[in-house]
Amino acid sequence: MKIIVLVKQVPDTWGERKLTKATGQLDRSASDAVIDEIDERALEVALQYKDAQDAEVIALSMGPSSVTEMLRKSLAMGADSALHVQDDALSGSDLSRTAAVLAAAIAKSGFDIVIAGNEATDGRGGVIPAMIAEHLGTPSMTYLDSVAITSDGVSGVRADEHGTVAVHAALPAVISITEASAEPRFPNFRGIMKAKKKPLDVWSLADLGLDDSGFAPSTVVVNTTERPARTAGTKNIDEGNAGNEIAEFLAAGRLI
Amino acid sequence: MSLALAFIETSANGEVRNTAAMLIAAAAQLGTPVAVVVAAPGAGDTLSAQLGALGAAQVFVAESDQVGTLLVAPQLEALVAASAALQPSAIVVAHSIDGREIAGRLAVRLKTGLLVDVVDVRADGDAVTGIHSVFGGAYTVEATVPGGGPAIVTVRQGAIDARADAASPTLTTQPITVGAAPAAVIDAVHEAAVASDRPELRGAARVVSGGRGLGSQENFALVEKLADALGAAVGASRAAVDAGYVPQTSQVGQTGITVSPQLYIALGISGAIQHRAGMQTAKTIVAINKDPDAPIFGIADFGVVGDVFTVVPQLIDALGKRAQ
Repeated sequence: MKIIVLVKQVPDTWGERKLTKATGQLDRSASDAVIDEIDERALEVALQYKDAQDAEVIALSMGPSSVTEMLRKSLAMGADSALHVQDDALSGSDLSRTAAVLAAAIAKSGFDIVIAGNEATDGRGGVIPAMIAEHLGTPSMTYLDSVAITSDGVSGVRADEHGTVAVHAALPAVISITEASAEPRFPNFRGIMKAKKKPLDVWSLADLGLDDSGFAPSTVVVNTTERPARTAGTKNIDEGNAGNEIAEFLAAGRLI
Repeated sequence: MSLALAFIETSANGEVRNTAAMLIAAAAQLGTPVAVVVAAPGAGDTLSAQLGALGAAQVFVAESDQVGTLLVAPQLEALVAASAALQPSAIVVAHSIDGREIAGRLAVRLKTGLLVDVVDVRADGDAVTGIHSVFGGAYTVEATVPGGGPAIVTVRQGAIDARADAASPTLTTQPITVGAAPAAVIDAVHEAAVASDRPELRGAARVVSGGRGLGSQENFALVEKLADALGAAVGASRAAVDAGYVPQTSQVGQTGITVSPQLYIALGISGAIQHRAGMQTAKTIVAINKDPDAPIFGIADFGVVGDVFTVVPQLIDALGKRAQ
C-alpha cells in the first residue's frame, strides 16, 4: 500500500497574518510558518494504517525552500520519505495550477491512496483534493470524520451541513479528513534522529514533465484591500448593574 | 445577457436546500439566472415552480436514477451537461461540503478558473469578479477568471442577503447518464434531526458564544439561555469545544465557522486571534469576561469586566422586562 499525504505550509493561525497588497499573495515574512495542523491528522490516519499493515507513507508538499522543515517534521512523525515540488515558476499558483502540479507529482510517484486535510487554514478553499482526484481519474471522498482503509478500498463517514453520509470507494482514491478524524502523534527523539536519514526528494516542474508556459493563469487577483483594524469601544467594570447596562446598550443600538 | 447557472442542492428525498435562494440571487447578479438541479425522473414541474418562486428564469432538471447512490457524480454530470447546452458565463455553487467537491471537479473537467468561498459577486462586462473575505475578514480580495470558459464560483453560505424577484421559468429536462468515471458510493444517509428552533449559526443575525470561562458543560446552558432570550444562534470558542462543552459544529473561528452577524455576544471568551478571525466582521460586539486584559476587549464595542454568572442572568432578566 502506497499512501501519499499532502502537507501544506501555512502561516500560524495564532499570529497576525498578512497579504501583500500589490499582488494579493501571502506575505510570508509577516508570520511564523507552520505545518497546517489538519495535515498532521491526515498523516496520523496514514501512520495508523502503517502501524497495523504493510505500507509506505510519503509526505508531499509544494512550496518554497522553507517547506523542507514541514517535511522533516512529517518524517520525524513516521513518514518513510518526502517529496518536495519546488520551482520558482510556481510562486503564487492558484487552485487550478496547484491541483495540476500536485496531481502530476502523485502520478509520477505512484499511489494507492492520497490523504489530505479537509481545508487549509489559510485559503480555506477545501477544493484541492477533489480537483486532484479529477486529474487522476479516481473517486474522491472529502471531509471524512472517520476513515477505514483496507487493502483494496476505503470507507468513511462525512458530516455535511445536514447530517452524516456513509461512503466507500475502491482504491486508488483521494480522501480528505477533518479535525474529528485522528489525534496526531508527537515525533519522539528516535523519530527525529531517523528523519535525518530518510529520503527527501526535490522535484522541479521539468522533473514532472510540466512546462510553465502551459499554465495560463485561470484566476487573477485584481484588488486587495485591508479592513481597518477594529477599535475598542467602552469597557465597564461590573459594579452590580452591568447586565442592565448591556440591555440599555442593545436597546440604544436597536439590537433588541 | 449571458446565462449564469445556479446549482441547486437537494436533500436525500429531493427537497430543495436552503442555499437555493442565495445562489439564484448570486446568479442573477451575473446574468440571467438558470437553476440546475438533479432529480429523479418526473420531479421537474414541482421543482420548476419552487425555483421560479426564488427567481430562476429557467430551470434545467437533469434526470438521473443515480441521485443518492453515487457521491457528487450525478451532480457533476448535470453541470457538465447544462454547461454544454447553455454555454453560461458563470456557474455558482454553494461553498458547502458537497458543493466544493462538485465545483473543484467541474473546474478541472471544464478546464476553467475557480473562485472559492466568495461573499459577493459581480459582472464587469464579460468577466466575473468574486469578492473574497480573507483571514477572517482582515482583507477583501477581488479576483476574476480571465479565460473564455465559464467562471466557477462557490458562494459562502449565508453571505449574500439579496434575493431575486420571482419568475415563471421555462423548464428543460434532460436525462443524464453518469459516465464510467470512478465515483465514491453512498452507503447510508442520516439527516440530522433539527435539535432546536434556534437559528443556524451560519448566516445568523445574532450570535451568543461561550468560551472556557463557562467552566463546564452544565454551565454552558447559560449561553443557550441568553441565545434563546435574544433569538440568537449559539457559538463557542475553540477552547470550549476542546474542553467538550459543545460539539465542534458550534466552533466560531479560524478552524471553525466564520460568522458575520449584526450582534455578537462573547461570554467568557478571552478572544485569542484564532477566535477573533471568525467573528471580527460582526457589526456590533459585546463581551463579558473576568479578565480586564482579555484581548476580546480590544475589539468589543461594549465590554464588561465581570462574572458571566452574575451579569448574564441580570441581562436575561432585563431583556424579559423590556419584552413585556
